[in-house]
Amino acid sequence: MAGETGSRSMVRAEGLNLYYDKLHALKDVDMEVPKNSVLSLIGPSGCGKSTFLRTINRMNDLIPGVRVQGKVEVDGSDIYDPSCDVIDLRRKVGMVFQKPNPFPMSVYDNVAYGPRVHGIKDRAELDSIVEKSLKDAALWDEIKDRLKKPALGISGGQQQRLCIARTLAVEPDVILMDEPTSALDPISTGKIEELIDELKKRYTIIIVTHNMQQAGRISDRTAFFLLGQVIEEGPTYDIFHRPADKRTEDYITGRFG
Amino acid sequence: MASLTLFPKAGNKASAEKRTERIIKGGLMLCALLSVLVVLLITVMVFKEAWPAIKQQGLLNMITGTSWKPTAAKPRFGLLPMIAGSFAVTALALLIGVPVGLATAIYGAELATVRVAPLVGRMAGILAGIPSVVYGFFGLMVIVPAVRLLGGTGMGVLSAGVVLAMMILPTVISVSEAAIRAVPGEYREASLAMGATKWQTIWHVVIPAAKSGIMASVVLAIGRAVGETMAVILVAGNIPVIPKGLLSATRTLTVNIALEMGYVRPGSLHYSALFAAAAVLFAFIMLINLSVRMITRGGSR
Amino acid sequence: MMKSVKKHDRKRDERFAFAVIKALSLTTALVLLLIIGYITWNAIPALNWQFVAGTPGDPLNTGIWPMAVNTLLLVVLTLAIALPLGILAAVYLKEYVREGPFVSVVRSATENLAGMPSIIFGLFGLVFFGKMLGLGWSLANGTLTASIIILPTIMRTTEEALKSVPQSYREGSLALGATRWQTVKKVVLVSAFPGIMSGLMLAIGRVVGETAALMFTLGSSDRVATSLMDSGRTLAMHLYMLAHEGLSVEGAFATAFVLVVVVLAVNVTAEMLANRALGRGGRQIGR
Ligand SMILES: Nc1ncnc2c1ncn2[C@@H]1O[C@H](COP(=O)(O)OP(=O)(O)O)[C@@H](O)[C@H]1O
Ligand SMILES: [Mg+2]
Repeated sequence: MAGETGSRSMVRAEGLNLYYDKLHALKDVDMEVPKNSVLSLIGPSGCGKSTFLRTINRMNDLIPGVRVQGKVEVDGSDIYDPSCDVIDLRRKVGMVFQKPNPFPMSVYDNVAYGPRVHGIKDRAELDSIVEKSLKDAALWDEIKDRLKKPALGISGGQQQRLCIARTLAVEPDVILMDEPTSALDPISTGKIEELIDELKKRYTIIIVTHNMQQAGRISDRTAFFLLGQVIEEGPTYDIFHRPADKRTEDYITGRFG
Repeated sequence: MASLTLFPKAGNKASAEKRTERIIKGGLMLCALLSVLVVLLITVMVFKEAWPAIKQQGLLNMITGTSWKPTAAKPRFGLLPMIAGSFAVTALALLIGVPVGLATAIYGAELATVRVAPLVGRMAGILAGIPSVVYGFFGLMVIVPAVRLLGGTGMGVLSAGVVLAMMILPTVISVSEAAIRAVPGEYREASLAMGATKWQTIWHVVIPAAKSGIMASVVLAIGRAVGETMAVILVAGNIPVIPKGLLSATRTLTVNIALEMGYVRPGSLHYSALFAAAAVLFAFIMLINLSVRMITRGGSR
Repeated sequence: MMKSVKKHDRKRDERFAFAVIKALSLTTALVLLLIIGYITWNAIPALNWQFVAGTPGDPLNTGIWPMAVNTLLLVVLTLAIALPLGILAAVYLKEYVREGPFVSVVRSATENLAGMPSIIFGLFGLVFFGKMLGLGWSLANGTLTASIIILPTIMRTTEEALKSVPQSYREGSLALGATRWQTVKKVVLVSAFPGIMSGLMLAIGRVVGETAALMFTLGSSDRVATSLMDSGRTLAMHLYMLAHEGLSVEGAFATAFVLVVVVLAVNVTAEMLANRALGRGGRQIGR
C-alpha cells in the first residue's frame, strides 16, 4: 500500500486520539493534507495544535506517558506501524520550532548537520547543500560571508530562517512549523511568510499560527481546533468568510480565544 | 509504478543503524550499572574478609571488647576503643564545626552582599579540595603544639576533633547554604511584612524551612569525619584505648586499618579482624547514606 | 510602651545574632587563610632546585620529581578510565531512560560510592585488584581504585551538565532525523562540555589529594613508575610519609605547598568552566 502514486494527500490522519497520561489531548481527529499545499492550524491555546503537529513526525514519542490511537499516514505509509523507522520519518517530515533553536555551532555546521548525520561526508557536496539550502531559505545573501560565525550570534529572524534552511538541507517532503514567527518582529515575520509562499511549490507545509491574518495570507486550507477536536477544516477562504460552525465564526471574529 | 517507498521494511541502512543504536544503548547501560556492581563487590568483599574473625571471636565480643592486642601471645581483637575513638573525635568535630559552618552558610545565603556571597561558596570549594593529608600536616605543625600547651603530647581527641572540624566545614557550608537559598522568598517577605526583624525571620522561618537540608549537611559531615583517615592518623596519637578525656590519645577505626594493614599477614586472624573493623565502619557509613536519603526525600515532599 | 521596649530588645537580639554569625564566618575565612598562608610561608625557603631534584649522592633524598611524575601518571590514567565510563553512565541515565526503579537503584549506588571512606576503597583495591586480579601494589591497581573513587563525581557533574542543555537542541537534532546517539554525541555532549570539564577538575583534585586509598594499592616506591605494574608514590603519599616519619619538615612544607597550589588551580579552573557553562546558553562547537 506504500506510497501509491495516485494518492493526492501527503499527510492523512484518521480517528486520531492522543492522551498525555489521562489528559485526552486529541479527540478523533481526521485530516487530509494535499501534496504541495499549505495547511494552517488555528485555535485558542491549549487546544492541541502543537500536539497534532508533533504526532506527524512522532516527536511526541519523546514525552513520557503519551499514548496514540488511530492512524497517521505520511505519503501513504502508516507512521505508527511498528515497521516504520522514526529516523526515516523525521527525514521526510521536517520541523521548525516556535523559538528558533539553532545548535551552538557555526552557521555552516548547523545547515550541514542533517546531511552529515545522514552520512554525507564529501566537503564539496556539503558545501553545495549548504549553499542551496541557505538560498532556498532566503538567507544566503545576508549570511554568505559569515558561514563560520556562531549561529547564536545572528538575529532572531535570521536564526529562524537558518532553522528552515537546516530543515531543507535534509530534503523533506513535509515541513511542520509550530508558530514559527511568534518570537519574531514584523519585518522578519514578513520575510518568513514570503519564504513559505515560495516553499509551498515544492513542499507540503503544515503551520500552526496564532495570527489570523497570517493564516489568511499564506495557507490554502485551514483547520480550526478547539479542545482537542477539529471543529472545521476547509479552504482558507471558506473558513474565514463563510464558516459552517458557529464556534469557528466566534473564534475568527475574535469573540473568544 | 515506481512508487517511492518511504519506509522500506528491510532497508539495510536503517536496520544497521538501529542495530548500532541498540548496541550503544546496551554499552551505556553497562557503564551505568558499574557503580551498582562496585557497591555490591565492596559489600561482599568487606564482609567476606571479615567473616573468619567475626566467626571466631563473635561479633558482640569484638564490638564490646575493650582490648586490641592483635600481636600478643594471646591476641585480643576488641574494637570498642576504636569505635569510641571514632565517636569521640566525630562528636567533637561536630560540636565545633557545625556552628561555624552553619553560621557561615547563613551569612552567605542571607547576610552577605551580592559581591561577597559567592566568596563563601568559593571558600567552601577550596576547603573541600585541600587534601586530607595537608589538613593532617597542618594539624601536626599547628594544632598539636597548641594543644600541647594544655598538657600531654598534644596528640589526641582534641587535636583530631579540631582538625576534623575544619574538614567538615565545606560539607556543612555548601549543603546548608544551598538548603537556605532554596527557601522561597515569599516566606521571608511574609514574615518581614508582619513586622518581624530579619534575624527573627531567619531564625523562626528560614532555618525551620531549610531544616532537612541542614540536617542532611550534618549527617554528611558525620560521614566525612568518621571516614577520615590520613588527617587523624597524624594528630590523634593512635593508641588503642578508650579515651578518657579531650587530651587522651585515641585511635579511630580508619586509623586502625591504615596503621596495621600494611604489615599484617593476609589470611591471618589479625588481617580478618582489621576487615571486621572495616565492616563496622562500612555498616555505619551505609546507615549514614540511608539517613541522608531519608532526610532529603522527606524534605522534598 | 511595652511595644517599644520589645522593639528595642528585638533590635539588640538581631545585632547580637548577626555579630556572632559574622564572627563565625570570619573564623571560616581565617581557617582557610591560615592553612594556605602558614604552608606557603614555611614552604618558601624550601622551594629550591634541591627540593625538586634531590640531593646528589643522598639516596634517601631523591627530590620531589618522581612523586610529581607518578601523580601526573596516576591522574592521566585514572581520567582515561573513569571519564568515559562516568560520562557514558550519566548519558544513559539522563538521555536514554526515564526516572524509574533502574535509575534510582543506580543513583543510590552512586551516592553510596560518593559517601564511602577512602580507606574502604583502599581495602577493596587491595583485595579485589591486588589479590584477586593479581595486580599487587602497582600503578594499575592505583589507577583502577582511583577510577572508582572519582566515578560518582564525574557521573554527578555530567548529569548536572546534561540537565542544563536546552531540550530544544535535542528536539532540533531529532527532528532532522538524527539518531539518539548522534544527537548525544554531536549536540548534547558538546554543549555540556564546560560543565563536564568542571567536574573533571574536581576529580583531578580528588585524585591528587588521595592517600588512604592508595597506600595499599599504588604503594609508596619513591621511583618513577615506568610500567603499569610498578609501584609508585604520589605527592600526597610523600607528604604523609615525610610528616609521619618526621623525615623532613622542610620537604613536607614544600610538598604541602605544591598540593595546595594544585588545589587552588583546579578550583579556579573549575569555577571558570562552570561560569562558562552557565553563560550565554552554551558554547560554540568547533569543527
Ligand atoms: N508534554 C505535555 N504533557 C502533558 N500535557 C501536555 C503536554 N503538552 C501539551 N499538553 C496539554 O495538551 C493540551 C494541548 O496542548 P498543545 O498541543 O500544546 O496546545 P496548542 O499548541 O494548541 O496551544 C493542553 O491542554 C496542554 O496542557
Ligand atoms: Mg502550541
